Parts: sequence; C-alpha cells; structure tokens
Amino acid sequence: MQANKHVITMLVDNEPGVLSRVVGLFGGRGFNIESLCVAETVTPGISRITIVTKANPPVVEQIEKQLNKLINILKVRDLTHEDAVKREMALICVKASPEYRAEILRIVDIFRCKVVDVGLEHFIIEVTGDEGKLTALLNLLKPMGIKKIARTGTIALLREPK
Amino acid sequence: MEMTGAQILMAVLEEQGVDTIFGFPGGAVIDIYDELVKTDIRHILVRHEQGAVHAADGYARASGRPGVCLVTSGPGATNTVTGIATAYMDSIPMVVITGQVPTHLIGNDAFQEVDITGITRPCTKHNYLVKSVDDLARVLREAFYIAMSGRPGPVLVDIPKDVANARTRWSDNTQIRIKSYQPNYKPNMKQLKKVVGLIKKAKRPLLFGGGGLILSNAAEAFTAFARQTRTPVTTSLMGLGAFPGSDPLWLGMIGMHGTYRANMSAGNCDLLIAIGVRFDDRVTGKIDTFAGKAKIVHIDIDPTSIRKNVQVAVPVVGGCRESLEKLNALIAEEQIGDFDERHQEWLHQIDEWKHQFRMAYDQGETIIKPQFVIDKLFELTKGQAIVTTEVGQNQMWAAQFYHFDGPRQFITSGGLGTMGFGLPAAIGAKAACPDRQVVDIAGDGSIQMNIQEMATAVQSCLPVKIVILNNGYLGMVRQWQELFYDRRYACTLMDHQPDFVKLADAYGALGLRATRPDEVEKVLQEGLASDRTVIMDFVVEKEESVYPMVPAGANITEMLLV
Repeated sequence: MQANKHVITMLVDNEPGVLSRVVGLFGGRGFNIESLCVAETVTPGISRITIVTKANPPVVEQIEKQLNKLINILKVRDLTHEDAVKREMALICVKASPEYRAEILRIVDIFRCKVVDVGLEHFIIEVTGDEGKLTALLNLLKPMGIKKIARTGTIALLREPK
Repeated sequence: MEMTGAQILMAVLEEQGVDTIFGFPGGAVIDIYDELVKTDIRHILVRHEQGAVHAADGYARASGRPGVCLVTSGPGATNTVTGIATAYMDSIPMVVITGQVPTHLIGNDAFQEVDITGITRPCTKHNYLVKSVDDLARVLREAFYIAMSGRPGPVLVDIPKDVANARTRWSDNTQIRIKSYQPNYKPNMKQLKKVVGLIKKAKRPLLFGGGGLILSNAAEAFTAFARQTRTPVTTSLMGLGAFPGSDPLWLGMIGMHGTYRANMSAGNCDLLIAIGVRFDDRVTGKIDTFAGKAKIVHIDIDPTSIRKNVQVAVPVVGGCRESLEKLNALIAEEQIGDFDERHQEWLHQIDEWKHQFRMAYDQGETIIKPQFVIDKLFELTKGQAIVTTEVGQNQMWAAQFYHFDGPRQFITSGGLGTMGFGLPAAIGAKAACPDRQVVDIAGDGSIQMNIQEMATAVQSCLPVKIVILNNGYLGMVRQWQELFYDRRYACTLMDHQPDFVKLADAYGALGLRATRPDEVEKVLQEGLASDRTVIMDFVVEKEESVYPMVPAGANITEMLLV
C-alpha cells in the first residue's frame, strides 16, 4: 500500500511531558515523524502539536487511535485531505557570490519572500508558504549553494465554513 | 484542615477503599511510612520491589480491585519497571507510588534519583510527577480513576520527599474532571444488530474470548451468550475461566499451545465473534491466514485494538459486559429458530476433532510427567484453587491441564511473559482471598527469579503453595532448541539448582519432594493440607515438551502434535 505524507494536528493539555508522550509513542511504535511543531493556543493550558508523518492508510488509522488513547490528548485530526490552510516557514542561508546576487534577489521578488540578513557572501531569506512554494524556491536556490536552513515544519488549520 | 502530603496520601488511599498495600521502604518514602503505620491499611513488606508490584498485580487480578504498591526512589523505582510492564501488557488496574528526591534536587543527579516518569512513560497507562502538594489529592484520585476505567492499566505517581512533607488544606472534592479522557462503555446498537444478523446466518460459529472478559466481569454474560446461541467457545490464555471448563461447549485454549479442536475450529469457522481479545501473535499464528474462512466480529473497549492486527467485518467499541448483556437481550427478543439444528453438523465435526487428538501424556512407573502433577493438583483441589503460574512450559501445562470453571482463578503473565511473576502474584492473590487455596505452578528456573519472596509469604502469614516442575532446564527454550535448532541446548541446562526442600526450610516454610510417580499424590495432599507456606519439588521428566505446538510463522491449523 502507498505510504503518503499526512498532516496530523492535535490539541493537548499543556502538562509537562506531553510532548515526550507523543514523540515517545511515535518512536516506540515505529511511526515516523517528518516534522513537528508545537506551541500554546489562546486557550489557557491547551497547546497544539502539528506532525507530518509518512505512512499508509492502516498505519495512519493506528496513529490516530493511539494518539487519542493518550490521557492528555484532547483531539486529533488528520488534515491531509481536508479543506485546510497549510503553511511552513523557512530561513534559508544562501551563498551569494557576486555573479548570483542579482539573480537571487529576483527570485526573492518572484516568490514574494524577504531577505532578512545580508553579508558579503550570503543572504538569509525568510519564506512562508505551502509545501509546493517552499520546494520550488529551494530547487531554484540549490544551484547557488544553500549554506544552512531552518524549517518549522508544516502547521495547519481547518478552514471554517463560510 | 491542614495536612502534610503523606497524610493526604493516606487519606486518599482510605477514601478509595484500599485495605492492603505492598511495599519496601527507603529514604525518599520514610515520611510516608511514618504516616502509614498510623492507619489501618495492611502493609505487606516484600523483599524486592519487583515482588511488590507483582503482588499488587496478583491482588488486583484475584479481587478486581486496584493493586497498590509503595516503593522508594532510584533503585526502588527502577526495580518496579518489569512489574509495571507486566501489568501494562495485561491491562491490570494498579497504582504504583514511588518516592522521589526533593523537587529542588530533581535533574541534579541526586542520590537515589532516577527519572522514573520518563522511564515508565511507554509502559504505564499514565504517570504523574507531583510538583506541588496542592496537586497531590487530585492527582491520586485521578490515578485511581484512570487505572480502573476504560481499558484498565498501571498508573505511576512519583512523589518528591518535600511534597510529602509540605502542608496544604485538605479538599474532599472527589469529582474527577479529565476533559481529554472520557472512556465509552456503551456499544453502538446498530453494530450489535449487525452481529445478530450474522449469528442468524452462521452455520459454523465460534466464540473467542480473552482477558477483557475477566477485566469487565463479563463471564456470566459471556456464558449465557454461548449457551443461548449454542456456540462453541474458546479463549486465549488470558481469558481462561471466563467460560466453565467443564461445559460441553468448551473447546479448550486457542493458539500456539492451544488444543487441537480449538485451533481447527478457528481455521474452519464461518463466523468468529471475538470479545475482549487483541489478536496477539501467540493466538493467531500467521496473521493473514487466521480464521481465513470466517467473517470476524470484534468487540473491545479499546479502539486501538480494533483493526490493529486483523481486518474485521463488524467492529464494536464498547465494554464486554455491556455489549454481551445487550446482545443477549437482542437475541432473546428475536426468538431465533433452533440453534441446535443449525449448528449440529459443526458441533459434530468439532467432536470428531476432539477424538482425533486428545491432550495426553504417558505416565509410566518411574519418572514423573509434569502434566501428571497438574492433573493430580486439579483433582485434589477439585478445580477450585486460585492458580498462578510462572512462564514457560509450567505455564502452558497449567493452562492445558487445570480446568477453570470461573473467572479470576487463573493468574498468569500472558502479554509480557515474566518469569518470577507467579510467587509474588500468589502472595498478592492470597492477601485478596485469604480463604482460598492459592497455588503457584513454577519451573525450577522461574521460581528462582523472585525466590526471596518466600520470606514475604512466611512473615506476612500468607501461606501459598508452590509446585515446582523441576526438570533442570530452561524448559520452553530447550523445547525450541530441540525442535528448531537440532537439539543444540545452548545455555539452557540448569544442572546446578538449589535443594528446594532445604531452601524452603531455610525460609521457615515446609519443603516436600517427590521423585517417583507414586509419591506425587502424597506430597500434594500433605502440602495442600498444611497451613504453612509449602514448596513441593517434583523431579520430572527432563525433556518433556508441550504439545500441540504451532511453529512460528505457521497457520494455527498446522500444529505439531507429537
């Protein structure tokens, strides 16, 4: 069966050790974590964890059920095929030798992202977008030489009914 | 009213109706022990913390109440891990209280400090580190609630020494509010009606029950269901006793060492109703061909068990007892025609299988067969003893030759398979049921893993009976080496064992030995009649094997029979 990327979002009690429980569950049962993002919500005591995992449908079903079983997990939802806004942010430090500098700035302009750091030999570019946009930008920047990168991993929210 | 953390702990234990705890003191819990002796709670002092957890486990399995144990920090806590994992695998309700170094020392590599909540996170249903005494009462009440509800399990509460000594106001608010945990026992009626529909059409149905039946006290409803629908019954190791072993519909245990007719029935039935089971690999053999000819119904309280291993036609999430009671009502309502007639051919076929291969052994004149010892034990206890086991061949022969008529009689480590479980579990069971005969069936290897608990049994006046099937080998592993490794007995020979009779005597217990078949009955009678803790050392056939056996990777209908 085909293993695909799934974006799973969950609301959890903001108790010490909750993240350990979730990550431990994935590790202990051999589920994979491609990326993970966690932060407080506006509700006091509740945080949101967003995980991107790669698995086939029966495994995704097990992941959802096992997460729901954890005492501190309030709600779990697989947003992969839902109508949801999915975004990721990245900071990309790209080599900017003289012959490429103008080209890089043009790319930044086309992708509507920002240069947040400049040096004689580099730019740090800040970009926010869906997975497609980030992948496309990275592909264009690779030939120039990406020195380092920090990504947040996908976060997502279900769209409300209009 | 102001109380210290230790006093709050005692108050909550009493509030929860705890009458017995198993434990071992230490620096981090000395203040708690100081309060404990002021209460009426009975404390059983063990000799190793693993013994405390297994005893609490045996107590819980025998009584249906949560087992409670109290140990100190560091090595005391780490010594409980095997016991906690044992309870976790078999879903046993238990609250384990561990002492911890004072809060300001946590994370500092303090003396006898260990991150026990980190270590036990994967093998507890839930755990807590209590950072403030204001949380203690709430946490303890939540711990008991979580341990006992839904799919039960062990819950660990780690109490730092300064929290135990800190003072706060006592709150008698016992209301539990855990928004993120709402177990559901009520089954979906639409699903149950589908089950009834399948029952109406089935010609070769099979009922398959497991540990969940015992945990949810569903034996009565389960038995009624089987008898009402005239359906043959098998159970996993953990479900033994949920259906009377003396009933003609009983097929014996299913699985790797199950009976011939139970395994053949699973392979040939057209409807498999599975209740309170998890389709473990010891039961199913080759999973993709398990019950290949059947539509499968799976009733369980835990949604993660459903469709984890086996695809099912009708999944039902709900408590076993609640679901069975509703099913019984639906079936009585429907007034379905004659089950006897519909199932006649099937029951006849099963009867043929029963006669094709009977579980038998050849008891000669000179060497005792281990199965003979269990047979005699069953006879002399009239099938009424509470039987705990260790793990391996002793465990399998106990399951095969002791026939249980009721639940909470057979106490064994099924999921984790922990050697050394039986003796402390027997002590716990005896503490819960002092008027019952409690027998631990052990091997000479297993019994030594927690032999120190002999002192616990004698000191606490909990006289348990230990039957050692002494073959001088790590029996089950030896059997595998015989069958699959060309009899290369790598490191399974235990040719230097203690003299168990002298060992019993050293502990202040009674030691008896039988070396010949004609001594077996006499030794059992004397041991069972004594009011002391007894070790009965039966020197048995060295290379006897457990049959039937389903080899690894085979379908359960492909059994080795001899």
